[in-house]
This record gives sequence, C-alpha cells and structure tokens, in this order.
Amino acid sequence: MESKNKELAVAALRNGTVIDHIPSSALFKAVDLLGIEKLGVSVTIGNNLESKRLGHKGIIKVADTEFPPEVLSRIAIIAPSAVINTIRDYEVVKKEPVSLPDEITGLVVCDNPKCVSRNQPIPSRFEVIDRENVALRCHYCEHELRGDAIILK
Amino acid sequence: MPTNADNTNAPRSIVSIADLSKEEILSLIRLAAYFEERPNSKLLDGKVVATLFFEPSTRTRLSFETAVNRLGGRIIGFSDPAATSTSKGETLKDTIKMVANYADLIVMRHYLEGAARYASEITEVPIINAGDGAHQHPSQTMLDLYSIYKTQDRLDDITVTMVGDLKYGRTVHSLLMALSHFRAKFNFVACDELRMPEEFRLFCDRNGIEYHESKDFSPEVIADTDILYMTRVQRERFTDLMEYERVKDLYNLEASMLDAAKDSMRVLHPLPRVNEIAQDVDDSPKAYYFQQAKNGLYARQAMICTALGMDIRI
Ligand SMILES: [Zn+2]
Repeated sequence: MESKNKELAVAALRNGTVIDHIPSSALFKAVDLLGIEKLGVSVTIGNNLESKRLGHKGIIKVADTEFPPEVLSRIAIIAPSAVINTIRDYEVVKKEPVSLPDEITGLVVCDNPKCVSRNQPIPSRFEVIDRENVALRCHYCEHELRGDAIILK
Repeated sequence: MPTNADNTNAPRSIVSIADLSKEEILSLIRLAAYFEERPNSKLLDGKVVATLFFEPSTRTRLSFETAVNRLGGRIIGFSDPAATSTSKGETLKDTIKMVANYADLIVMRHYLEGAARYASEITEVPIINAGDGAHQHPSQTMLDLYSIYKTQDRLDDITVTMVGDLKYGRTVHSLLMALSHFRAKFNFVACDELRMPEEFRLFCDRNGIEYHESKDFSPEVIADTDILYMTRVQRERFTDLMEYERVKDLYNLEASMLDAAKDSMRVLHPLPRVNEIAQDVDDSPKAYYFQQAKNGLYARQAMICTALGMDIRI
C-alpha cells in the first residue's frame, strides 16, 4: 500500500518538492517551519499514512517550489527521518534524506533558564554534536539538548 | 577556541578553561611564577581595565583589581549593577559596547550563563570571564593549577581526590578538564545526590583518565593522594532534605584524617569554607587553602597580561 500511495502522491506533481517520511507527530511543525502558509502555491498535506519505517507518517507536497538547503535542514531537527524528493516535469530528479546543519541559529530554545540567549535579545545558537541522535549544544551556556528537550521557537 | 602559535601575542579573550591549550596553560603558570617574584611593576602603565560585576563578588573583584593595581594599570567599572543603566533595562550588548570605547580589557562577572562568550563576540576588546552563573570561572581554575604546580613541583601525573559537591561544583569540573592535559588520576568522593555527573565520567573515559568513585570519605582514600580538593556541601542542592541531614557531616575533613597522607600532600578549597574543613586542619602544614587564594593574584596578573597580548620575556 505504501508504495502505491507514494507513487500517486509524487505523480500528481509536475514541478515541486515532496517531503516524505515525516513522523506524524512532527508533520504540522514541519508545515510551520517551511512557511507553507505564506507561499500561495498548491499544497497537499497527508497525515497518518501507513509506513513500514515509522508506523504512521506524514507527507507534504508543494507545487512549483524548491526550498533552499538551509530551510530543508531545519526539518532535520524535528524529523531526522524525512526524505526530500525534488520533482521536475513529473520526474523525481533528486531524492535525499534531510541532514542537520553544523550550526542552528535562532530556531531552538535553550532549556537553561539562566542562559544568556534566553535573557538578552539575541538569537539562540547551537552546535550539532550528534547528527544521528540529534543532539545539540548551546554555543553560549554549553547545555546539551536531546530528544524532547529540543523545543522549537 | 585555542589560538595558534604565531597568534599568542595578539589580544585574546579568556572565557573558558577549555579555550586554553596545554601550552597556553603552562605559559600562564610560568607567568604567574614570574609575577609572584615581581608582583609590582609598571607593565600596565597607560592601560585601562574595566571590571564589570553584574553580580557582586567581592573576593573575585578585589583579587582582579589588586592584580591590575600592582601592575600599574587603571581601573574603571562597577561592583554593583543596581547603580548602573543595566538596572534600567540596558542590554548587555549596549553596556559592553559602551565600555569597550574606554577600556583596553574587560573583566566581567555575570549571573547569566554564556554572558562572557557573548560579550567576547560583540567587541574587539578582550574579555576575561570572572564567572558566568554556574558555568565557567577560568581564573579560579588557573589559581588551582598554579597552586598544584607550586606545591607538587609539577602538573603531570598528579592524583587528585575531590570531595563534597561534585555535581554542581563548577570548580571541580573545570579543574578536571584542565588536568586532562596532564595525565591526572582522580578519586571522586561524594554521596549519590552530589555524584560527579555522567558527562564528566564519560569525558574521563574518552580521554583515558583513571578515576575511582567512593561514597566513603576515609583516611585510606587520602593515602595515595597528592591534592585533596575539598568543596562545600550546600543544603539548597538537595531535593531530599532527609538525605542532606544524613550526609552533611560525612564529607568533613579533620586533622586526624591527614596522619596517613603523604608529606607532600596539600589540601585545597576554593573558599569560603563553612565546616567541611575543621579548624584544627588550619595548623597542619598540609593545609594550603589560604595560600591558594593568594596565588589567585599572580594567576590573574598572568591572565590579564596574556589577554592584553603583552610580550613578557621571562
Ligand atoms: Zn544556553
């Protein structure tokens, strides 16, 4: 079933981007991160689709849009399993997993209430210290964030 | 980040002990020894050093300001943020930018963690971190290292026994990181609630540093020790006050416990102490905590000159 769903989803798009294998719980955060609401292009969002890998997954299809790498790498923070398909003229011309950037600025809140980044008007800044398990270290107070401690702004 | 060798005489911030390479630590130790011989000079003639204490700390401020005065420099700054525009809501950035117009070096203490790192990134004027919350306090670590060097004649292959609050005590964490350059061995003596955190035990494992943990503070654990590093067990650190009552006196040092220790062993403590070191220890030749505090003056003179990028021929 899964592969048929995916084919249908991808086939429907002439040009654009399909973001697949998003955990269902992260789907709407991903929609938010991509800024889709403001795009004004045709968007299809599917959720709680069956997935062998994730149990349930979400998928986002955005027509006539290719996202810059720094936008896509944000998705990796909430959905490290996500896969980006780039569609041109009905063909999948590129298919690659998302990857975390070396540094994440302004997106994640430090969990240390005494951190300077939470008490002064400055963007948060994190170094990615473990890509596989998504672990971040605050550039300022050096607190390490993993899993549920990673909260997006 | 460590600077490279041909950069050693450029002005540089000292925010964290981890910013210093082994060579830089050794060079600071040599400079501290030099200043202990010659504490008074005109090396800072014409220089202005700002001491910005966004959180009061009389002990640390007096030590830094004495260091500047004995080097012939001038001091501007504040010891109480209530008297400044910070209390009117001025941002840290604006305060630093303003002071950077006047000073050649900024020594700052702040209650926010990461404040000194942030300050060092918004100005060209070098910053010395004199404590940022519970995070870093590199001048304390440098005076600890200088005290170890002076009393043991070396930094290599030292056995350090750390006692008391190993969980929240930033001084023990920084000292552990700094000594990782020098093949140190550690005994960690603490109750379960104040045990050395996992991240530092993992740090030891990754760096091949030998350590033993013990809940028992006994003369046996002191016997093979070169440096006995005592810290205060504070009531407010405990979630379970019954547990505090149970352990509060288990990590106190008395003079009789030092009988089996090596002659060369010395007791260090970042001060202030309460009752974790009994008064009778003060008379022991192994007590070193008062001299340790004095060493802070020379260690800070060394850090000030290094941060200013001064070329001092020893
Ligand atoms: Zn932080």
